[in-house]
Amino acid sequence: MTKVFNSVVCTICGCLCDDLEVTVENNEIVKMKNGCAVCEAKMVHGYKSEERILKPHVRKDGKLVPVTMDEAIHKAAQILTDAKYPLLFGWTSSASETQHVGVELAEELGSALDNCCSVCHGPSVMATQEIGIPTATLGQIRHRADLIVYWACNPWSSHPRHVERYTAFTDGRFEKSEFKDYVQKLKAKSGQKKVAAAIRRTRVRYQPPPRPQTALVEAPPQTLAKDGRRMVVFDVMKTMTAEVADYFVQVEPNRDYEIFGALRCLVNDQELDVDTVGGVPVDYLKEIADVMVNAEFGAIFFGLGLTQSVGRFRNVELAIALTRDLNRKTKFVVSPMRGHFNVTGANTVFAWQTGYPFALDFSQGYPQYNPGEFTAIDLLRRGDNDATLVISADPGAHFPKGAMQNMVKHPLITINPDWNAISRLGDVVFPTQWCGIEQGGTAYRMDSVAITLKKVVEAPKGVPSDEEIVKRILEEVKVIKANKAEKEDTGKQVLQETAAPKKRGSKTLKKEL
Amino acid sequence: MVEQKLRVTLITGRTIEQGVGKEMGKGSPEYFDSAAVCFLDPVDIKRLGLKSGANVKVTSPYGSVIVKAKRYTRGTMSGMVFMPCGLWANSVCGSNTDSIGMPTFRGFTVEVEPAPDMPVLTLDELLKQEFGK
Repeated sequence: MTKVFNSVVCTICGCLCDDLEVTVENNEIVKMKNGCAVCEAKMVHGYKSEERILKPHVRKDGKLVPVTMDEAIHKAAQILTDAKYPLLFGWTSSASETQHVGVELAEELGSALDNCCSVCHGPSVMATQEIGIPTATLGQIRHRADLIVYWACNPWSSHPRHVERYTAFTDGRFEKSEFKDYVQKLKAKSGQKKVAAAIRRTRVRYQPPPRPQTALVEAPPQTLAKDGRRMVVFDVMKTMTAEVADYFVQVEPNRDYEIFGALRCLVNDQELDVDTVGGVPVDYLKEIADVMVNAEFGAIFFGLGLTQSVGRFRNVELAIALTRDLNRKTKFVVSPMRGHFNVTGANTVFAWQTGYPFALDFSQGYPQYNPGEFTAIDLLRRGDNDATLVISADPGAHFPKGAMQNMVKHPLITINPDWNAISRLGDVVFPTQWCGIEQGGTAYRMDSVAITLKKVVEAPKGVPSDEEIVKRILEEVKVIKANKAEKEDTGKQVLQETAAPKKRGSKTLKKEL
Repeated sequence: MVEQKLRVTLITGRTIEQGVGKEMGKGSPEYFDSAAVCFLDPVDIKRLGLKSGANVKVTSPYGSVIVKAKRYTRGTMSGMVFMPCGLWANSVCGSNTDSIGMPTFRGFTVEVEPAPDMPVLTLDELLKQEFGK
């Protein structure tokens, strides 16, 4: 039986594109329209691949052996209650309902709780706490923005439909798509190549135009001052997004902070005494500052190039400060390019539950927040935690080796739909449903807009949702703790009873002495 | 002149191929082909006397890994090496966070040298080598 689902939400990146058309035949997705290449890889091929986990597994004698769900739940709960200081990490590819239960589990265990934000936009969150953030929803940007700046990010690869749905290549109410211009630019480029090839064929000695002193950056094109949408990309290397842009500024690695500082000076009508900043000539920066000030509605999107480079959250702080300065002269907004589809949700849920968005600790019985101390990488680097639960994330492939080596020294519980790197390393491995394919729920887009996920196929038999698994672990933890407390009480009573004759014995001993 | 070793700045990040590969499955050939690679400027590839697709050893203070070197033709990136996010890139990334929680993923110096006799390990082989599981 064929069924077509409309307005299905893609669960890959923070764009949460909600216009997919999914065709299901015999409980299997056979076709998908409107999605990007990554979305198609997941929704048409990946979710039903041979890498799927269908049964819970427990490591016995070094090998993962299939076990019943009850056994796996009990084993996981036992590991977590036996541990002095477990870490619960991941949560960003789960629905917000699961994240909510996760906070309760962390509180019950007195554990550390962190989400993938700490290794992507954690510094952005910290910068926002420092200085605030003038931002807008993607809908506002789509309809109004006439200047788009992508800084240290490559949405063409990481958020493939961002440009098409929300910025330069979309038709908004007040701004039109620049896709036709882009096609014309491609044609012109192809023409230039043909001319160059013709010159080579006629053996005329072709003298290329002299390159500027800073070979990496070309002068701003005249089209930067055109009407309509313009796109500027700042990055350390020319990516596909940079090729699409009107102007690409190649910056030297780790020098974003200085360029932001220079741009702030120029926007605030101050002079600079240097010729270049971060590999970019100041004359070019002046032109960019002019373009920014003259824009009617500008939007800066920044990526991990800022949060992972030297300066980390200070880079983001200056990006926000630049936006604040620009807002004195025109309208400007700034927004992080969030990665996992519900990483914003993890921050939101943790924040409304505990007051803090990530890097949490419950060891004192109440939530504490301190990035650098309770962030997953720091806990692992120092070897503070003695058990880890990883849910809907793959630190096995995305954490530095040193941190991972400490993680696998202790028991590791994983909850993921497929055999990714962390599942292969797990000691207790749970299967779970694909969020947004086999289970619904709520997720937050990168601009903090809540979107309801759709369920389009039934999960394989016996594969529960991650929310159900976490709930069952939580219940089992409560039971184990209650039993433990009961045993301790009985132990105390026995001790009191046995301690009494001892006292008598000591008195008798004194008398004898 | 061919050089034995290049000192370059490591940049890690996403590529669309790596994105497709990871969604096809971490054990899939698509993931291996897209993540167990590094991209160098054609000039740097020439300086090492390599051909595109040759095996190279990337070494940092935190570890080393063998990957395939590919030419980056989209633009100039001399003095830099780009590695797509994944297990191979993270074998050379550091766990130091400068007390912020964010590890050292990019912007530090690594050495790249030809490694014609050393194989590029698959995901399972690399997990076994690094973590013993």
